[in-house]
Amino acid sequence: MRILTIESTCDETAAAIVDDQLNVLSAVVASQDMLHQRFGGVVPEIASRAHVERILPVIDETLRKASLALADLDAIAVATTPGLAGSLLIGLSAAKALCVATGLPLVAVNHLQAHIYACKIASGEEVFPCVGLIVSGGHSNIYRCAGPTDFTPLGGTIDDAAGEAFDKVASLLNLPYPGGPSLSKAAAQGDPQRIRFPRPLLDDDSRLDFSFSGLKTAVRYKLVGIGKLADAPAPQLSDEELADVCAGFQEAVVDCLVGKAELALRRTGFNTLCVGGGVAANGRLRERLQESSQQHGYRLFIPPMSLCTDNAVMGAIALERIKAGEYATLELDISPGQERVSK
Amino acid sequence: MRIIINSEADTVKLGQRLAGALPQGSVISLVGNLGAGKTRLVQAFAAAWGAVEGSVTSPTFVLINEYYTPRGPIYHIDAYRLKDDDEFLNLGPEEYFASNGVTFIEWGNRVERCLPADAIEIAIEIGEGEARVVTIRGLDTV
Repeated sequence: MRILTIESTCDETAAAIVDDQLNVLSAVVASQDMLHQRFGGVVPEIASRAHVERILPVIDETLRKASLALADLDAIAVATTPGLAGSLLIGLSAAKALCVATGLPLVAVNHLQAHIYACKIASGEEVFPCVGLIVSGGHSNIYRCAGPTDFTPLGGTIDDAAGEAFDKVASLLNLPYPGGPSLSKAAAQGDPQRIRFPRPLLDDDSRLDFSFSGLKTAVRYKLVGIGKLADAPAPQLSDEELADVCAGFQEAVVDCLVGKAELALRRTGFNTLCVGGGVAANGRLRERLQESSQQHGYRLFIPPMSLCTDNAVMGAIALERIKAGEYATLELDISPGQERVSK
Repeated sequence: MRIIINSEADTVKLGQRLAGALPQGSVISLVGNLGAGKTRLVQAFAAAWGAVEGSVTSPTFVLINEYYTPRGPIYHIDAYRLKDDDEFLNLGPEEYFASNGVTFIEWGNRVERCLPADAIEIAIEIGEGEARVVTIRGLDTV
């Protein structure tokens, strides 16, 4: 069995073809592939209009790379939740149109469940049941994952996502785009202990939530000093000071993520942690999670970079739905918002 | 109107006051630097309208959040990542402006030409320490 998977939940337009042994036959992510050249220019980052322009060339390219035609496929899967409404609609509309044209069945994918499933794809091991930690520009969530499609939200950010905090602090520090990786790079030269930023909610064992917005404000205060006009331009930092601010900030975020992941493992009694999302590519986070997994004796799965950031390969989770006979109808709709912890 | 507030708790109070004062259909442009408290203000407003606790998060990444409360929908847009007016208009903001909900636009100054004439601007300047200087004005008076 071979399926086409489509991902357009936010900025990336992606498609992949995978078989039922989780072999990846081809995978294309518009912003990372050669499509810039095919379009003759820079691919716009945001707006569903960009998805409209990219989605069919991306699907064509995916089929071409696998040397397959639509007739060689057995199902079409698409991420329908959560994400940006306009972007989700483009992916779903393309998937439905292909299903109508080919008669192939349609399968719905939950983007966040797919991020955790990437751990199974990358490792080839059974990872469920596990605690799922998803950290990216748009998400900072912890789930109890009883099975690939059986998630219960345990907590999440109450304001900014972890990746968003990295990007915004990088912006405060005038670091080059993309902010997250620039900040991590600067942090590698710094002392993570010299400046201690707050760890919001970390000591509150009653909840598995994050709050990174105040941390951003704390960096601002650190830069200009409390009691001074903070809207004034940031003072020039030496390279060493800049590195220490970055390292101190990164350590605070990583402490929160690692601390809550450990708490979730204790609470669920599970022995496996799966991590997904773009921030999972952060070297310091990986290092600290590895230390933690050795210290506490749990299994840790973090996919390689290409499967951490948004991609369509992780849409292979659709195979689990197919196994369970859970096909969607053409009435399938998008659901932009994400499920939250019920209080 | 110019208000000086001294703490995050004051930002929350201001959000509560606005929640009592702003009618459905209002469009509010929020202006202020990173860390000024724009999202915090929307959180307080939404809580006063009865939004689910913890549901109001930063819309920077997803561009638009929608919250459905007992007192009507709240639309929470963020122009921080948008490059120009076109990208903003692609989000279909007119539908939100014409709705019976309240629409907040963080970094609204970046797309000011796209906002309705009766929009209200709330500018939050970071003052000394935790203090914030909040200026509220109608955009049509500019």
